[in-house]
Amino acid sequence: MSATTAAAGAPAMGGARAKEQAKGGIAPAIEALKGKIDSTVAAQLEACIHCGQCAEACHFYLTSGDPRLTPRHKLVPLETVYRRHMAPFSGLARMFALAPADLTRADLEAWAELLYDSCTLCGRCTVVCPMGIDIASLVRLSRAALVAADLVPESMQAAADRAVAQGSPLITEEVMRRVCAAQEKETGIRVPIDKQGAEYMVALSAMEYLNFYEVIGALARIFKAAGIDWTIASKGFEATNIGYQMGSDAIARTLVSRIVDAAHDLGVKYVVSPECGHAYTALNWEGPNMVGRPFDFEVVHILELLDRLVREGRIRLAPDETRRVTYHDPCQISRRGGVIEEPRHLLRALGANFVEMKRHGVANICCGGGGGVSAVTRAEERRIAAFACKKAQIDELGGIEGLVTACANCRNVLEEAIDAWDMELPVLGLTELVAEHLVDEAPAEEAGAPAGAA
Amino acid sequence: METPFWLWLIEGPFWLIAATIFVLGVGWRLVSLLALGRRRDLSVPRGSAAGGALRAILLHFIPHGGFFSSTTFHVLTGYLFHLALFALLLFAAPHVTFLEKNVLGFAWPAMPRWAFIVTAELAFAGLILLWARRISDPVQRQITDGGDHAQLWLTFAVMLTGCLALEEASLALRGLHMVMVELWLIYFPFSRLMHAFTWALSRGAMGATFGRRGVMP
Repeated sequence: MSATTAAAGAPAMGGARAKEQAKGGIAPAIEALKGKIDSTVAAQLEACIHCGQCAEACHFYLTSGDPRLTPRHKLVPLETVYRRHMAPFSGLARMFALAPADLTRADLEAWAELLYDSCTLCGRCTVVCPMGIDIASLVRLSRAALVAADLVPESMQAAADRAVAQGSPLITEEVMRRVCAAQEKETGIRVPIDKQGAEYMVALSAMEYLNFYEVIGALARIFKAAGIDWTIASKGFEATNIGYQMGSDAIARTLVSRIVDAAHDLGVKYVVSPECGHAYTALNWEGPNMVGRPFDFEVVHILELLDRLVREGRIRLAPDETRRVTYHDPCQISRRGGVIEEPRHLLRALGANFVEMKRHGVANICCGGGGGVSAVTRAEERRIAAFACKKAQIDELGGIEGLVTACANCRNVLEEAIDAWDMELPVLGLTELVAEHLVDEAPAEEAGAPAGAA
Repeated sequence: METPFWLWLIEGPFWLIAATIFVLGVGWRLVSLLALGRRRDLSVPRGSAAGGALRAILLHFIPHGGFFSSTTFHVLTGYLFHLALFALLLFAAPHVTFLEKNVLGFAWPAMPRWAFIVTAELAFAGLILLWARRISDPVQRQITDGGDHAQLWLTFAVMLTGCLALEEASLALRGLHMVMVELWLIYFPFSRLMHAFTWALSRGAMGATFGRRGVMP
């Protein structure tokens, strides 16, 4: 650490700052961070007392013991820019050489691993923080600097490019139609695509179309039983938003706009956010801010909708689930989304022998692959290692026969980790579980026309 | 006893200058911070932002979510130090007299000498334990900077000179304590000591965001 940095009160940044010559190269990154700093960000940076308690909540720190992975340490680039350029008295500090040295590309290169590979934006550190600092949001904002500096991990950038080019990071519209058609055939129930004037528009996650496509049939069965008029939009079929995760406002806005425009064009009243954590945050909580106006439809999370349908008696569930199950709270849906009780109501309605993990709800431990980490190939080893925290939670319960969750990304990450840790534990999607326990289902209609011809 | 000129200087003009820098500095820093503004949240709220802010401000006084056991040291030493410090600040007899004479114009019952000594020992214990953790724990060492040490040692010096000046037997020790207090006041607005004010803003901002979402992390 340089004496200047130490005197100015900014933690040390590694890298060859002395060799950094081309200041122009870093300017967009600095400007990107400056553009993210408002009174909330400033208050949170100012309030931090460097106590390090956030580390106690981070699965990456807990499983590695590496102090560099302390959540607060991940904010050094943001704090550096704030203290040098925007903090009160920063002009004075620069004048007397007391401000931290400016951010360099080497700094950002060093921090890319911390910001992208080692933070799932799960926000558990906020729970333990005595100052209530929303570190996850600050980490996400910090990623904007890496976007500006072209330091997004290759695999994540490729996923973002595919999402922009083909409408989804993993599939194309054609694949979506084929999957929907297969589910129509499987269930004998129509999966409407681009149905004008439908009440509900469902956007699903790429992982659901690709790996957990049974959820489409499950939705068709549930909605048919409830008498819900619904559709999938060919122009807005993908709910995930890799732009939001990677910290690119432009890509995030592009992707969310597709859903907003499709909902508007079809004239739907509701858009159903699927079993996907960050999709819910990106669409419901940040979507209107991204497009700069309130939506002309209501966003409802699938768990909220299913719970409502059960409570209103529009679907009935057979309470005959016999397995001893527990529920993994997807961070963005529970801790950061506020949908905590609904899945529990549903599990109890299924009659499941439902047991809670010791820390659940707002204190739940992340699957290890949220916040875009699962899209960072080089982070795989760290992600699998971080599962040790989740495994300990599950092992503590003993005799669990099913791990229920409501996020396709969590589900995929958990399945991979369970496999890597040589465990035997099925991971179950809650929507599919609900569909399996439907009673009084109306007889299947003839699917007839191919998907897309609704 | 007549007050020597140097002590008059320390307790008079220097005190005024330090107090003014403190008040204006803290005010300027808070106003500058709030002037950065906050974007309007256009999402449809599920709960109350104001209620969330209040809840976060109160909830984060004590670790929740099952984290008490892993943060016991921080919680106990943190409260030990802060509560003892505030007790000394407000109820040490010389402080009550000084505040009555120089700031407020009225007094309140001061703590007895034995209570001062016990409280001071608790405050020292809290501060020393917090410091020991800061220099020994790998996580805290990773995120600690020069400012953390500076504010800790300055606070320590204020407390130590305060204890030395307790008997009021030496004008030099009294003057030394006042000088340390004035340095502390001047340093305050430019340092992380500002957390004495920004804690509520930070918790409140987070609480407002998540209060709208109907949840409180």
